[in-house]
Amino acid sequence: MAEKVLMKGNEAIGEAAVLAGCRYYFGYPITPQSELPAYLSKRLPEVDGVFVQAESEVAAINMVYGAGSAGARVMTSSSSPGISLKQEGISYIAGAEIPCMLVNVVRGGPGLGNIAPAQSDYWQATRGGGHGDYRTLVLAPNSVQEMADMTVAGFEFADRFRNPVLLLSDGVLGQMMEPVTLPDPVDYDVNSKKWALGYNGKEKSERNLCSSIFLDVDELEEHNWHLYQKYQVMTDLFSTGEYKDFAVEEHLCDDAEIILVGYGIISRILKTVVEKCRKRGIKAGLVRPKVLWPYPAQVFERLAKTANQFLVVEMSCGQMVEDVKLSVNGKKPVYFFGRTGGTIPSDFEILNEVDKLVRPD
Amino acid sequence: MKKIFSRPESMSKKPFHYCPGCDHGVVHRLIAEVIDELEIKNRTIGVAPVGCSVFAYDYFDVDFNQAPHGRAPAVATGIKRVRPDSIVFTYQGDGDLAAIGTAEIIHAANRGENITAVFINNAIYGMTGGQMAPTSLIGMKTQTSPYGRDAATAGHPIHMSEMIATLESPVYVTRVTVNNPANLMKTKKALLNAFTLQKEGKGFSFVEVVSTCPTNWGKKPTDAHKWLTENMLPVFKLGTFKDTQGVEKS
Ligand SMILES: Cc1ncc(C[n+]2csc(CCOP(=O)(O)OP(=O)(O)O)c2C)c(N)n1
Ligand code: SF4
Repeated sequence: MAEKVLMKGNEAIGEAAVLAGCRYYFGYPITPQSELPAYLSKRLPEVDGVFVQAESEVAAINMVYGAGSAGARVMTSSSSPGISLKQEGISYIAGAEIPCMLVNVVRGGPGLGNIAPAQSDYWQATRGGGHGDYRTLVLAPNSVQEMADMTVAGFEFADRFRNPVLLLSDGVLGQMMEPVTLPDPVDYDVNSKKWALGYNGKEKSERNLCSSIFLDVDELEEHNWHLYQKYQVMTDLFSTGEYKDFAVEEHLCDDAEIILVGYGIISRILKTVVEKCRKRGIKAGLVRPKVLWPYPAQVFERLAKTANQFLVVEMSCGQMVEDVKLSVNGKKPVYFFGRTGGTIPSDFEILNEVDKLVRPD
Repeated sequence: MKKIFSRPESMSKKPFHYCPGCDHGVVHRLIAEVIDELEIKNRTIGVAPVGCSVFAYDYFDVDFNQAPHGRAPAVATGIKRVRPDSIVFTYQGDGDLAAIGTAEIIHAANRGENITAVFINNAIYGMTGGQMAPTSLIGMKTQTSPYGRDAATAGHPIHMSEMIATLESPVYVTRVTVNNPANLMKTKKALLNAFTLQKEGKGFSFVEVVSTCPTNWGKKPTDAHKWLTENMLPVFKLGTFKDTQGVEKS
């Protein structure tokens, strides 16, 4: 086991990417994710990798499209406004089925908003963001350790599913310093993908094409159903299959009357709230989705049978709460508490909300 | 019998979908001939734009990526950085390269990416049905400049070759046309120069081809080159704007 090192979340993503075999990074500066490109601009040349500061997020994502098409493990990162600019490219990448790793260190919006931490890009992340019938696998870490681990896992998922993977983080996690055990290095070979441009193991007569255009309506329909089936496979793997434990964390849910729900940094606050509740005799539990798409609906279906109510807490005006409602499907009431604009709710505030729900008088 | 004219090996068998009198097909063929002559077919990767040549990948028998509108130089950058031994070219129209993708072409050129950009300047948006392009001529009537392009509100035709030649990194920037056999041979030579420079790792090369779009100009295919010669060439002067390696002298 490697020893622990103290790192900022954004840097941990960078080092984990290198260890996962990523040798290409393309990005454009934006707060609060700048530590990541800064780290990689220094680190990648040490391993004969390539760091390019692009002229815009639009260019950066298309460099990712090119590098991914050529078979590389490649990453880009940004924060909310920059991710908005990348959406057209992400849609092309999803359509052409090019693996890549995207990082959004979310800040407050809409518009220029501010640079404080937020969770208001949940809809953009989980609903596609760009145009067309496509899905992005969305991972939501809540510690520096998970930022590293999920980066490595993300590259594996991207290759396995030939799909973009998005790591959804926020300004707190990105800037936070914590001890982390770094993963073992992976030896990645750019000639491991037979479909890639320039793949050197081809017969002379073969050629490869990376494209998202299907002008014929029947062909596009067939392609879209093919993508849909892939997304179904992913949904199964993350809900009942191989990755079901990866997808969600449950804490004290078995006997819980009220289930608190939150992802990312919020889940850490919620853990404190659950402990305080328990001390006060309130049977509270926590569900933390670690994968935001495919959503761990099955957990809510099960808990809707045993718990009385759900309280979703987000740093937004209420986005993920829609997925919880869809999953609980009217069987039990689902409540929401949120702070937005860069404010992080305190455990005290949340506890107050729990009190109101559990002891309505 | 000796075969003296046949399809270049780097060209697929698929018939062109281009309109009669369109120069896209002519330029495709010249690029394919150059790829054959340099014996780089197995390591050439093309990047197709959005525009009439969106299906360029159907006509070349080499690896291809189909890029979002205007972003081909960024996509090409990503490909080339991963596969520095491959020969990477973009093929782009004037809407693609000189409007929506201006930033990408300028910055790929300025970084000195070791790629080749082939720029088809037909002074109009072909694929979308003949709207005004940044390269449309003053007074030119298009679907979106029905009274003729007015410099006061729509500016002047943009000269991409001249702009790119002001940058320090590009090694070769030239403007050619295929309006007659002599110019066609010059275009072929320019493409050969550009791809050779890339093959030798010299840096960014840019070949602008002043081209026809008879369909959206409202001209007969047979009149298109005449119109191009009389109207476009006085504005878009043929010539080489940058040749740091002196390829044209050798
Ligand atoms: C983001 C985006 N905006 C607009 C379009 C529509 N569009 C397709 S082709 C084109 C212009 C093509 O003109 P040009 O680049 O000059 O190439 P040509 O067709 O003349 O060869 C436009 C605007 C698009 N596909 N994507
Ligand atoms: S519309 Fe114009 S550019 Fe497009 S194929 Fe026809 S002639 Fe060529």
